[in-house]
Amino acid sequence: MVAVAIAIAVLRNLFAAVMLFAIYSLSAATLFVALDAVDVAFTEAAVGAGISSILMLATLAATDAREKQHRHRRALPLVLCLALAVVLLAGLHDLAPVGDPGAPAHIHVAPRYLSETATEVGVPNVVTAVLASYRGYDTLGEAVVIFTAGLGVTALLGGHFRRRRSRNNGDV
Amino acid sequence: MSEHPIVRVGAKLLVPCILLFALYVQFHGDFGPGGGFQAGAIFGAGCILYGLVFGVDALARVTPPRMVQQVAAAGVLLFALVGVAALLGGGAYLDYDALLPDPVAGQHLGILLIELGVGATVSAVMLGLFFSFTRG
Repeated sequence: MVAVAIAIAVLRNLFAAVMLFAIYSLSAATLFVALDAVDVAFTEAAVGAGISSILMLATLAATDAREKQHRHRRALPLVLCLALAVVLLAGLHDLAPVGDPGAPAHIHVAPRYLSETATEVGVPNVVTAVLASYRGYDTLGEAVVIFTAGLGVTALLGGHFRRRRSRNNGDV
Repeated sequence: MSEHPIVRVGAKLLVPCILLFALYVQFHGDFGPGGGFQAGAIFGAGCILYGLVFGVDALARVTPPRMVQQVAAAGVLLFALVGVAALLGGGAYLDYDALLPDPVAGQHLGILLIELGVGATVSAVMLGLFFSFTRG
């Protein structure tokens, strides 16, 4: 994944970069499967590798497939990225090991979800129960966010389409 | 892309399977991995594959852009109305226990409905994005 990420940053051909993005998402999805997070892997494969690649390809079709050469100074962004990487790596030591039953995430509300879901919600997939029932507000918020994003894109790009379409109809 | 017979036949075979799989993910999300979001993404991807192979105009005949926008709004509205229905049933907002006399059955109904809303919104927004990008 690191190699793919570096290749994306270095490549000038944007078609190849889009393909590498899809490969990156697929390897992330397999990583999630290896971590037993099948629901997340599902989403990553469908959205990251599928839909966003198609949208980026559509954007490329509307613009240009070559990245423009630009002459910014590259030292400052490099230093910033490296500093962020150092901070994140330093924070890595405080994370609990994967699968540690004593990790803070596992001793707060997770035991209640796991023990009560069968009687309170009666749904075998606890992930669904947490997302849809216990965290219903969050999920409602997510649905609203997706809808708003779609609205925003339509507001930015959709009006153009309608004008052009009506002009074409007028020509015919 | 529509002049390549292999692509056409392959897409014709694949699209119904993808849409069916999306419905399976939608309604089997209670028991296995999946749910409204994933199902919506897969459904949207299936429709977009159809649009890529047979042309955006063919896709627009199957799922008119206007209807896509309405479905996106209807999904969110369905989700929010389930919460209101729970309020009317005497519970808190989005407390599915209050939807039906039996709390567990109420939870099942509530989760089914809101997953349907999420799936409708996600697939419609995916399609709407595709329309915006390709016909802009």
